[in-house]
Amino acid sequence: MNRKYYGKVIFELSRPGRVGYSLPKNGCEYKLDEIPSDLLRVKKPNLPEVDEPSVVRHYNNMSTNNFGVDTGFYPLGSCTMKYNPKINEEMASLPAFTSLHPFQSSDTVQGALEAYYKLQSMLSEIGGMAEFTLNPYAGAHGELTGLMVIRAYHESRGDMKRTKVIVPDSAHGTNPASAAVAGLKVVEVKSLPDGTVDVEALKPLLDDTVAAVMMTNPNTVGIFEHNIPTIATLVHDCGALLYYDGANLNPMLGVARPGDMGFDVMHINLHKTFSTPHGGGGPGAGPVGVRAGLEEFLPNPRVVKCKVNEEDGFALEYKTEKRAKSLGRVSSWLGNFAVELRALAYILSLGCDGLRMAGPLATLNANYVKESLRDLYALPIDRVCKHEFVFDGLADKSTGVTTLNVAKRLLDNGFHAPTIYFPLLFHESLMIEPTETESKETLDEFIGVMREIAREAKETPDVVKNAPLLTPIRKPDDTAAALNPVVTFFEL
Amino acid sequence: MSKIYYSPSHEYIKVDGNIGFIGITDYAQNALGNVVYVDMPEQGDDVEAGEDFGAVESVKAASDLISPVSGAVLDINEELIDNPRLINEDAMNNWIIKVELTDPSELDNLMDEEAYKSHCESEKH
Repeated sequence: MNRKYYGKVIFELSRPGRVGYSLPKNGCEYKLDEIPSDLLRVKKPNLPEVDEPSVVRHYNNMSTNNFGVDTGFYPLGSCTMKYNPKINEEMASLPAFTSLHPFQSSDTVQGALEAYYKLQSMLSEIGGMAEFTLNPYAGAHGELTGLMVIRAYHESRGDMKRTKVIVPDSAHGTNPASAAVAGLKVVEVKSLPDGTVDVEALKPLLDDTVAAVMMTNPNTVGIFEHNIPTIATLVHDCGALLYYDGANLNPMLGVARPGDMGFDVMHINLHKTFSTPHGGGGPGAGPVGVRAGLEEFLPNPRVVKCKVNEEDGFALEYKTEKRAKSLGRVSSWLGNFAVELRALAYILSLGCDGLRMAGPLATLNANYVKESLRDLYALPIDRVCKHEFVFDGLADKSTGVTTLNVAKRLLDNGFHAPTIYFPLLFHESLMIEPTETESKETLDEFIGVMREIAREAKETPDVVKNAPLLTPIRKPDDTAAALNPVVTFFEL
Repeated sequence: MSKIYYSPSHEYIKVDGNIGFIGITDYAQNALGNVVYVDMPEQGDDVEAGEDFGAVESVKAASDLISPVSGAVLDINEELIDNPRLINEDAMNNWIIKVELTDPSELDNLMDEEAYKSHCESEKH
């Protein structure tokens, strides 16, 4: 991690009269008195006045304040912070894509539509689904879209009393939130001590008021829900649909398909599994897939094959007679197209064999880290995990060092912190997901630091409790910042 | 003289006659971390023992508030609207709702301080 902190704001560099660029003379004729006076600006806009070298240095220096997958290991559990290959950026930056206008006629953008269509088809193949929409902008948006599809399906059958969504207690917070936004009531189902859903606890909850059961598989403790065929049968027998939260699709890539497990609707986080930018940098994308029989409810527009100038081509399809039950639009345009291009580049560059390697390697890496640290950190679920696992803090808690302290001490050692205090099944959750893109050397370095922190926690606990000691900003009051944000320099 | 009772879901009720002040315990605020929002009922609403009457949202989680007793809400702690972190500063003295108990015998189902302490100890393991 770069510990040199650059803390200036561009407005501090501003000097009256300084410029970095000369604008050409405005060729448009306009008269100020034609603009209604209440729309005219009274004060000059408050823009920084800076020269070009200052601007270049400012933004270059500011970029070094960041920690990202390009600067170091990022074991943030449940987030799949894998490396984003540069070829993705190259492909998405091709002028043939970047210079498109959304209003261009479809016969002039056949290449872009073909890329879009290919990704729809490939995700359907990977997920074992009949059709995918690429419209949703993010994972949670995908969840909402998926639940709207489920609602539309039940309502189309005249079945209006299905108002409940069952969510395991280990689920991501987005699941109950999406269900609530979709106008459905959330019911929680408990997990067994091994982290999987308690089938016996699920049974009595399943009746004709249940719209869907949402599951993440592997779940948020990194354990494969081995009862999924039984659960799928139970859910379908009560007339509800089974929803797959794609947050943890990574270890399943090319190995097992949600569609084959009995899931009816799913979303994929392209920014996790398919290596598009993630976290702050985003934007994300949350395509939604459905099994055969539910396609008609998917949102519009979609890209379909058709004849263009008597040749095979592609077109945007909006509401048609065949698709009269479509949700309509859930986003402007087609979703985050440039993100979708990156995901397509990832799939094509790995190929079928490469994609099949990702899951097993991610699983191997997670188990390697788990087994190398289990003597010093509490392991509440002692099983072979998939791509991630959860510690319940330090094994020896006698000195009072918490998971938060361990996470902050990792920052001192140049690593991003793991996910902490999630899932809520344990008091001191510390969730590690190394992903397949990390080498054994990186993992060994991380394991070494984690072991050293455990030693410090025992011998010099105050050092860990006061961490971070070496970061440019030590302990920001993030709660106060979230409650009373100061968003512009002029408020300071 | 008021007496304090505790629920297994970490609410407390300070009772004086048939008036009770309900809040969350110090153990609960510590487990939740920084509180950012308290969802409270309105004055005049009814609460029922074992049912949720609101929620506490922290930086870590949103947790339902389960009423230890049944009764009518006489008042809510309006200071928590602007300053929910008062719960972190002093959970036991920043109650969330004030209720009039309909059935004081429900208090018999709750724990005293000692029983609650061992309840918290058992949750840690």
